[in-house]
Amino acid sequence: MTLSRIAPYLQATPLTAILAAFLVLPIATIVMVSFWDYDSIQIFPAFVFTNYEETITSPVTWSIYLNTLKYTVIVWAVTLVIGFWVAYYLAFHIRSATAQMVLFLVCTVPFLTSNIIRMISWIPFLGRNGLLNQSLMQMGLIDQPLEFLLFSDFAVVLAMVHLYTLFMVTPIFNTLMRIDRALIEAARDAGANAFQILTNVIIPLAKPGIAIGSIFVVTLVMGDFITVRFMSGGQSASVGLMMANQIALLQYPAAAANAVILLILVLLLVGGILRIVNIRKEL
Amino acid sequence: MNSERRGLGFYVLTAFFVLFVLFLYGPMTTIFILSFQGPNGGLTFPMNGVSLRWFENLLFEQQAVGDFGGAFARSLILGVMTMLTTVVVSLLAGLAFRRRFLGSGPLFYLTIASLIVPSILISLGIGLAFQVVGLEPAWYTSGFGAHLTWTLPFGLLIMFAVFNRFNPAYEEAARDLGATPWQTFAHVVLPIILPSLIGVGLFGFTLSYDEFARTLMTAGTFNTLPLEIYGMTTNVTTPVLYALGTVTTVFSMAVILVSLAAIAVLRKRRARRIAG
Repeated sequence: MTLSRIAPYLQATPLTAILAAFLVLPIATIVMVSFWDYDSIQIFPAFVFTNYEETITSPVTWSIYLNTLKYTVIVWAVTLVIGFWVAYYLAFHIRSATAQMVLFLVCTVPFLTSNIIRMISWIPFLGRNGLLNQSLMQMGLIDQPLEFLLFSDFAVVLAMVHLYTLFMVTPIFNTLMRIDRALIEAARDAGANAFQILTNVIIPLAKPGIAIGSIFVVTLVMGDFITVRFMSGGQSASVGLMMANQIALLQYPAAAANAVILLILVLLLVGGILRIVNIRKEL
Repeated sequence: MNSERRGLGFYVLTAFFVLFVLFLYGPMTTIFILSFQGPNGGLTFPMNGVSLRWFENLLFEQQAVGDFGGAFARSLILGVMTMLTTVVVSLLAGLAFRRRFLGSGPLFYLTIASLIVPSILISLGIGLAFQVVGLEPAWYTSGFGAHLTWTLPFGLLIMFAVFNRFNPAYEEAARDLGATPWQTFAHVVLPIILPSLIGVGLFGFTLSYDEFARTLMTAGTFNTLPLEIYGMTTNVTTPVLYALGTVTTVFSMAVILVSLAAIAVLRKRRARRIAG
């Protein structure tokens, strides 16, 4: 066998080894431990279904999963609308390639800074004595500070939209940039108005980007715990947060059972998105 | 489209875009301003004077909780480790995927899976795996691996984008002129893709430097910076928290700007060389 025949295998080995050690093995461990038993101080090997039983039969679990799905649907819808129009603006209304690049970077830079800092930065804005309440009171629109702004579902959704919209903008922008402008010209020549061009040409062609963005946002929100913990002030729960609490209590098998259920749910959602939209062309 | 006059849609969307940018940067700006809060100022407006008190407190005084310097150093080292590994491994894998090989499909899906598996699962899984095997988790072993599961998929996707646009004629020309495979790679391929590799490095470093969920159960005894910041949010009630936010954000921004400048310089130099 010549070197060039085996070269790809050698080149792919580091990636394969890292993913095997830090992705496949850990998930296998989670599945294994989800059948283990535990008491208040330690976990021990066993083959019991109690972790799943306790998780599935508890009404608390159901309401937490529903709450997580609620966040997912709301955040997905909001980021989709914002992300699409931002990408649309960059792709079709900005005419110089340099301006396009610069504005795209302006949108991307916050993604590369700390999520926790970006969450903290809402406190002086939304708090009881925050900027928003102060300005609203000065304008005479409200008599007393609005309490629902910080540490509420509203704050959680706002922070998630703030953190995750970029994951929608980038893939949609990418697909919009690849649309052949001649198609739009042709539609216009054939008598389509702007709305018809949008719904019959642009949106169908943007579907793969929308799907990729949706996969990102859905998986990020489904697994999120830090935003929920921080922005709800402990008043709301998500699956991730429930897991984090179980981990803190050293109930690893319970957390592992939860993790397996969450993973199945996330994979079903991703599978559902992939059934509706074929993203293979994008990759 | 370019010949058209700007319609109403343009102005509406411009306003929308400006609002979006304000939404992205507004909150960050408020903590930036509040970190210069006077010595007696609190966590919200109004400003009670202007001072560098909180930066002084952050950088030169012993904190009641935590160890900012140590956490920063650990995050920096971990970020550089992750960056270098991400660049090398993504480049190699990107080269591998240019040809067909047995198992390329599963490896690709595995990489994508790494991106969509929730971070807390990776964190829990690696933490448990280390515990079961009997290894002590540490930021430079388990934490390092956890970060790679997040940075490598981005690195590989960037490499795909690069090699999809790569013109193989350059390599063929080099080969025709008698270059060995290594010479072709080092003198032809590498210089062409260098700006993108800087981009991969930038992703690798910043994603690692800011990663929280994947570090939570994998950092071991010592905190990285995001864990430290998170710890501070629960017990610190002075603007020193904002000073920390400002310092780390300025640092991230500096890293981003230096990388973008390096990419721009490389591009310009190449454009000049092609023109001359």
